[in-house]
Amino acid sequence: MTQPATAPPAAKRPALPSLSTLGPLIALLLACIFFATQSDRFLTATTLSLVLKQISFVAVIAIGQTLVILTSGIDLSCGVIMALGSVVMTKFAVELGMPPILAILCGLIITTAIGALNGVLITRLRLPPFIATLGMYGIVFAATQIYSNAQTVTNLPPALNFLGQTFNILGTPFTFGAVLMLLLFGLAWFFLTQTAPGRHVYAVGNNPEAVRLSGIPTTRLLISVYAVAGLLYGIAALILVGRVGAGDPNAGQTENLESITAVVLGGTSLFGGRGNVLGTFLGALIVGVFRVGLTLSGVNSVYQILITGVLIILAVATDQFSRRKA
Amino acid sequence: MTLQSTPTQTSSRSSVPLVMEARGLVKRYGQVTAINGADFELRPGEILAVIGDNGAGKSSMIKALSGAVVPDEGQIFLDGQLVSFRSPIDARRQGIETVYQDLAVAPAMTIAENLFLGREILKSGPIAKLLRIVDKKKMHEEAVRHMQGLQFAIKSMSQPVETLSGGQRQGVAVARSAAFARHVVIMDEPTAALGVREGNMVLDLIRKVRDGGLPVILISHNMPHVFEIADRIHVHRMGQRAALLNPKKISMADTVSVMTGALKPEQLSADVLAH
Repeated sequence: MTQPATAPPAAKRPALPSLSTLGPLIALLLACIFFATQSDRFLTATTLSLVLKQISFVAVIAIGQTLVILTSGIDLSCGVIMALGSVVMTKFAVELGMPPILAILCGLIITTAIGALNGVLITRLRLPPFIATLGMYGIVFAATQIYSNAQTVTNLPPALNFLGQTFNILGTPFTFGAVLMLLLFGLAWFFLTQTAPGRHVYAVGNNPEAVRLSGIPTTRLLISVYAVAGLLYGIAALILVGRVGAGDPNAGQTENLESITAVVLGGTSLFGGRGNVLGTFLGALIVGVFRVGLTLSGVNSVYQILITGVLIILAVATDQFSRRKA
Repeated sequence: MTLQSTPTQTSSRSSVPLVMEARGLVKRYGQVTAINGADFELRPGEILAVIGDNGAGKSSMIKALSGAVVPDEGQIFLDGQLVSFRSPIDARRQGIETVYQDLAVAPAMTIAENLFLGREILKSGPIAKLLRIVDKKKMHEEAVRHMQGLQFAIKSMSQPVETLSGGQRQGVAVARSAAFARHVVIMDEPTAALGVREGNMVLDLIRKVRDGGLPVILISHNMPHVFEIADRIHVHRMGQRAALLNPKKISMADTVSVMTGALKPEQLSADVLAH
């Protein structure tokens, strides 16, 4: 801000944002190299398939979390919304005898509506996103427990499990859920980088006042972002149902922090307005690679939590450092 | 042209048609009267400075002109047509652009994106329109063309605005308003946050906007800036227009006296008043 008017602007700064995108890539490569030396089973297609399967639903939640964080918000209710979605989809199909496709649709509508409600609380009641979604976390968690009597819903029709089904690429089974996750990352990337509403998501995280003054309906934009995030949690619910073969009311209690971890590791700023969803994919991969790698190397999984903690601090420190330079 | 407009003495005296005119604007907030029957007029191709002490109500009046405040009474005319703005977006649709003092740009986004924020150029084709896919290349080219027109020297339109100095950032905001305004550009303290050199750079830019044919309303506390570029000075006091001054005739000290009420407008000699 205070540099003289004559300073040539283009020279130095553009190198820094790429640090936040390169950082996670380097961390991921280093982790892969390390685990390859620890276990000869690591560098195989099976490991890749396993990692993708394990991260799939958290990663899909993290896409929604990325959208929210880019607006300089945060969503603590994501995981429990997913759990409610999984219970609704399975209970509607199993107990109400709905056709699976209709039950899935109902689940998606409910998670989208709760997401939109988050957005309404934040924009209309002007609650801080942290508080609004913390409150929603409690409400949705309790509602899920009450609705399901804390019982897991089983005996699902096969159509509800289809995202857990696998198909073979060169002899290695991959789940449809993992493919759907990759597809959603592609879509989110396209939306955020190539479309006007996607650019407005960044802009509103940068300077909401500037966005409002430029005539973009910010309230509608923010409510849409939280609603789309809710829809993504619903899709994550479907992937979860496919993976565990049941509707689980106790799922989703730690996914809020796990998804925030993936977003932050991926170089997206918690202050909003900068970052990208491909970074989130890398962030989710890093967590997944450590989990699988440490298991394969026979190391206590507590180390995965420790290393994730260190990486989070490194990632945010990098973000802070590059902002101070600006 | 005139619907229920009252052709007033002031406007009939000058033969120039007014770009913007306001008559008897009133805005009350409970007990407080922020605008107390204010008149306002803006001629084509002029820089009109609006000055006034803190609390004189000048920003309330400007907000009424830019749609941010809906007045309780009074009329606003744009090119002789009666208009009523319910929001800044209304005013913007009518071709009135406002530049704010607090650098209303999105820092992490590129210059081109900031110029077109909310008015992105979309790719052609029905699918691109439906998905609202932005045409980054075209936005970039347009940004270069427009900035060149203002002789605003920036190397690349694809650098983030945060790489610019404060003056250059304000320059982007000014360029943005000039690009889209069809009638009026309102600048609310555009140089307040800037240093001396940067302020001068923005003043240059404001002149270029006027020379390009757009009238500019400049709200400023900075008397040297006002005297440097204003064609006329609207002095606001106690919620009304106290005087219209000619900066080429009147001294800065007398202007400040009119502004603070130490000098009554009636005491001024006729040649320092602007017509």
